[in-house]
Amino acid sequence: MSKIIIEFKDVYKSFNGLPVHSGINLSIVEGEIMSLLGGSGSGKSVLLKELIGLIRPDKGDIMVFGRNVTQMKEGELIRLREHVGLLFQGAALFDSLTVSENIAYPLREHLQLTENEIRKRVAEKLQLVGLEGIEAKMPAELSGGMKKRVGLARAIATEPDIILYDEPTTGLDPITAQRINELILELQRKLGVTTVVVTHDLHCVRTVSDRIAMLHEGKILTVGTWEELIASGIQMVKDFFRGTICD
Amino acid sequence: MSILLSMDAAVKKGILLVGQISVLAVKGFVGIFIPPFNLKLVLREIDNFGAGSLFLVDLIALFTGMVMSLQTIYGLRMYGAEIYVGSVVSLSLVRELGPVMASIMVGARVGSGIAAEIGAMQVTEQIDAMRALGANPIKKLVSPKILAGMITLPLLTVTADIVGIFGGMVIALFELEIDRTFYIDSVLTTITISDLLSGIGKTVIFGVLVSVIGCYFGLRTTGGTTGVGRSTTITVVTTSILILISDFFLTKLFLVVF
Repeated sequence: MSKIIIEFKDVYKSFNGLPVHSGINLSIVEGEIMSLLGGSGSGKSVLLKELIGLIRPDKGDIMVFGRNVTQMKEGELIRLREHVGLLFQGAALFDSLTVSENIAYPLREHLQLTENEIRKRVAEKLQLVGLEGIEAKMPAELSGGMKKRVGLARAIATEPDIILYDEPTTGLDPITAQRINELILELQRKLGVTTVVVTHDLHCVRTVSDRIAMLHEGKILTVGTWEELIASGIQMVKDFFRGTICD
Repeated sequence: MSILLSMDAAVKKGILLVGQISVLAVKGFVGIFIPPFNLKLVLREIDNFGAGSLFLVDLIALFTGMVMSLQTIYGLRMYGAEIYVGSVVSLSLVRELGPVMASIMVGARVGSGIAAEIGAMQVTEQIDAMRALGANPIKKLVSPKILAGMITLPLLTVTADIVGIFGGMVIALFELEIDRTFYIDSVLTTITISDLLSGIGKTVIFGVLVSVIGCYFGLRTTGGTTGVGRSTTITVVTTSILILISDFFLTKLFLVVF
């Protein structure tokens, strides 16, 4: 049986009295691609941020590599984040830094590399996402798809063991979205990383996922493969896959 | 009764705000002494604080000195003491007007800029990204700005004092036709080291206030671009109020110390 790398145990979170998570329980095993599906505002992105300690849950435990993230101090969280890459929904590139400086940022924070090694690593990651030679460009000069890919290059710069994707294909044209899907699969195959993808995009879910977890009303409604979810008898799941609004 | 209750709530909110700003100031100040030290970031902030504000602060100081000179001559003429204009203008500028005026101007220009910059980073998840990539946003963003404020605002105030006194002299020369050497002598014999230290000492604290308040409201920005606008406005208002309130207490303190 595969080793569990990430585990949410009875996680509760609310914002201004509004519950977002009402007892999340979910396990993710080493090397798998787990997609989190759910309606807008169902707390999928919050779950990713809780996973690396950017947001603290009100109650419950989040185990990553067997250690409880909710009990970690900032110093321990910084060490954990070296092993976890996060691609933000809007890429969240630093406006004042060039593409090269953005990708080098986590390398400078976490690793003791020479400038030459950093330059090489930046070029290598840009090549991996298909954007060679744009090191000197500023984020404002890039298209939405390019920003996402630079964000991805930054997320994988430290060669993390876990990669988290927050809406990786949202707002992209179908070709770029497909390119991102292929990248997710390629990274998982090449680096063997554990991957969590938060998305609304069913094509993305179908293309990349080993398993899919569906969030509804603050809980995990069901977990299974694409085929299992398609065949699911749960009305909410059926409606979601048919694209029906359901509340 | 409802007025009393709302006043009570406003006072509690104000105290909480000052408390939270103080916590951020302490964290940011401590961050200055924690390695790695990034001189490039500090120099960039000094340039933003100082070079960008120099012309504005000195222009305002020039006209303030001129107006003060006009008003002082008018007031002292009633007692036949208008030749002391240099003493009055310089003492007012060095002890009070120079530091407060420079700080409020820099607070409006730089503080709002800091709030807008950090606020925009907050709403586009760049602050979260910074943390996710292993950096401490307080050490990276707040500490260099605090250090830059502490270094630059006193220097700006010195230039504002000199330009303001010069403005006063120009008016005195034209209005009273007094000798330029007499005006300069009266300034030099009036101003003491303790006056200079009292005025410039305050600006070190004001420099911290300007930086920290901008950072505080920037980091608390929510609600997209509208939120950024709100943060810049509240930064300017809060900075001006806190500079004036802390000026009173610092003046009292420095009167005892110096």
